Amino acid sequence: MPNMSLKKNPMPAQEPKVRARNFKEVALGYTEEQAIDEANRCLNCKNPLCVKGCPVSVPIPQFIKKIQEKDYEGAYQVISLTSSLPAVCGRVCPQETQCEAKCIRGIKGESVAIGRLERFVADYHNENATEAPMAPASNGHKVAIVGSGPAGLTCAGDLAKKGYDVTVFEAFHLAGGVLVYGIPEFRLPKAIVQKEVDTLKALGVKVETNMVIGKTLTIDELMEEYGFEAVFVGSGAGLPRFMRIPGESLKGVYSANEFLTRNNLMKAYRDDATTPILRAKKVAVVGGGNVAMDAARTALRLGAEEVSIVYRRSLDELPARKEEVEHAMEEGINFRLLNNPVEILGYNNPDDKRDPKNGSVIGMKCIKMELGEPDASGRRSPVEVSGSEFVLDVDCVIMSIGTSPNPLITDTTAGLEVNRWGGIIVTEETGATTKPGVYAGGDAVTGAATVILAMGAGKTAAAAIDKQIMGE
Amino acid sequence: MYKILTMKALNPTVMQMEIEAPLVARKAQPGQFIILRVDEDGERIPLTVAGTDPSKGAVKIIFQIVGATTYKLSLKNEGESIQDFVGPLGRPTELEGLKKVAIVGGGVGCAIALPIAEKLHQMGCEVHSYVGFRNKDLVILEDEFKAASTKMTVMTDDGSYGRKGVVTVPLQEALEAGEAYDEVITIGPLIMMKFVVATTKPFGVKTTVSMNPIMIDGTGMCGGCRLTVGGKTKFACVDGPDFDGFEVDFDEAMSRGASYRDFEKHAYDEACNLFQKEVQ
Repeated sequence: MPNMSLKKNPMPAQEPKVRARNFKEVALGYTEEQAIDEANRCLNCKNPLCVKGCPVSVPIPQFIKKIQEKDYEGAYQVISLTSSLPAVCGRVCPQETQCEAKCIRGIKGESVAIGRLERFVADYHNENATEAPMAPASNGHKVAIVGSGPAGLTCAGDLAKKGYDVTVFEAFHLAGGVLVYGIPEFRLPKAIVQKEVDTLKALGVKVETNMVIGKTLTIDELMEEYGFEAVFVGSGAGLPRFMRIPGESLKGVYSANEFLTRNNLMKAYRDDATTPILRAKKVAVVGGGNVAMDAARTALRLGAEEVSIVYRRSLDELPARKEEVEHAMEEGINFRLLNNPVEILGYNNPDDKRDPKNGSVIGMKCIKMELGEPDASGRRSPVEVSGSEFVLDVDCVIMSIGTSPNPLITDTTAGLEVNRWGGIIVTEETGATTKPGVYAGGDAVTGAATVILAMGAGKTAAAAIDKQIMGE
Repeated sequence: MYKILTMKALNPTVMQMEIEAPLVARKAQPGQFIILRVDEDGERIPLTVAGTDPSKGAVKIIFQIVGATTYKLSLKNEGESIQDFVGPLGRPTELEGLKKVAIVGGGVGCAIALPIAEKLHQMGCEVHSYVGFRNKDLVILEDEFKAASTKMTVMTDDGSYGRKGVVTVPLQEALEAGEAYDEVITIGPLIMMKFVVATTKPFGVKTTVSMNPIMIDGTGMCGGCRLTVGGKTKFACVDGPDFDGFEVDFDEAMSRGASYRDFEKHAYDEACNLFQKEVQ
């Protein structure tokens, strides 16, 4: 008899006041009892719509059924059929717009908490599995993956499982891409990412760090000199965008990428850190996506007294994952909605040109916005309210308004065509680029998007690469 | 891990190392840089490539001990390894077609200028080098520079070696005397490059500066190395590190460069204290 409760089992979490001052994981994960109780809410639909909402087509009812049967390792094996990173997806996927959005239980009441169940299963596996997966017999074909973020790792995992000799090239000193430099510890513990990478290594995937493809080696060299039969480019988002308003080069203005990289990859939050970060008192984060939420909550944990999200549209248009917005609000982040920055103000001591405070942020001038008519995308576009300027008292501004694609690979690879935004052009069904044997996916193609979409693209490309090499 | 093949002190605070990194050695061109980490939890610092020996798989770096990381690096020994070494990053200095060039180097910046001078010299270009140091003890790479230059002028701030004064003095004299340089390439402290640009601008001589701002990834991801060049935001790691000196906002670059001065000073003092304790 299914559990007909209209509500999901709530996710246990650290108290907002406590967690706002530490970097430990916010959401604590279901207990076994909670997981079974939640699993019992699944109706095990014959035609499961949830699976259609998943970019990597996890067999959702099947893995939930295993939980009902208390076969958690079995559940993990079901998820592993299509997903290489279950512990990651269970934490960072926007389930409310994907699998859970399609769940039949969501019509009357709340959908099944698929993401939380996925996380439970993955964590159970990570804690209890004793045997590392075995590398399958090699098929002797070499594939190179550029970038070790979600797209690259997924592509690598799928190909390794088929016996390909896969090498992942990572520019940083550590594998994981955005999962290690971008998403904070309190949302995705780095030990979990490491575990996922280790699992891939056990499958035979080689990871080469400190390799900037396009610089250290080019794609042509990988194919011609090193014998890779196909290359997947999952090099991720590129240069941070700025607003082109005065004051963006002042001391105390960061891109979200820089702020988060200093903190997450370089561990600037630790007392023994060798990489510095500004410990600001009043912080404004400009933008409304997941990255903006991550930056705001990181600033709070670094000791800021007041952190604001400054976003030009309203609450309904915030692109961030719902849970992140809720968590940020609980922690006391101010949401200054319908506001847009027009200038960042800097300190300037007229009597002392050598005053070290000169050039530091002392405020941000904003203008109020209102929503006008819907634009081509259907979203109501924000319009300035004339004469409504005001100054926000801040000493740090973090720009989180997206990225433009990285030019390193496209500049050095003849035949790899890009669209007018610099994104690599691919055939959607296969991830194939305009250069034979080269595939691409993730933010390098789409611009800033989500982990799971990148994983979906990695998966698509892996299937296409397999087809190319093995023949139809 | 990347092995330190050779190391030597060029002066009391400047060290030269050859690091085993064959792929970087094969690719690196004058003007490009690398990023290294000394140990597991170390910070990432950019250093310009000072030369390569592809047959040995070696990349030469020359650095001044200015902070905790360069201090820790200087304590390493030959045969030991450093944690990470990645490159070559940035765009090579554009040298094609140049027939007569002035190279203006200051302090440890001369180490970066040297491979450029050498390459120009090999190309048959006339090279006039103006190199400046605070005093005689700090002069580095004099013989190497001489070998790569048609004409060379050494300046010291206190006059203890070469001519007394700053590098812009002889540069100004040469320009006034009618030396027709295709280009002036300058590498050194920001304040020096700012004055070199102020010197060359009235003569309209194209002046290239090599910028070395704060960086994290060095591959066009973090945006920490941004500069204002010709009123536009540019990223030193992918658009540079070389830029048109007439267009660079030096005052802003100097201000941003000092963002973490207190932290850096503290970290350096800590590293020194720690080392002294270990020695005792």
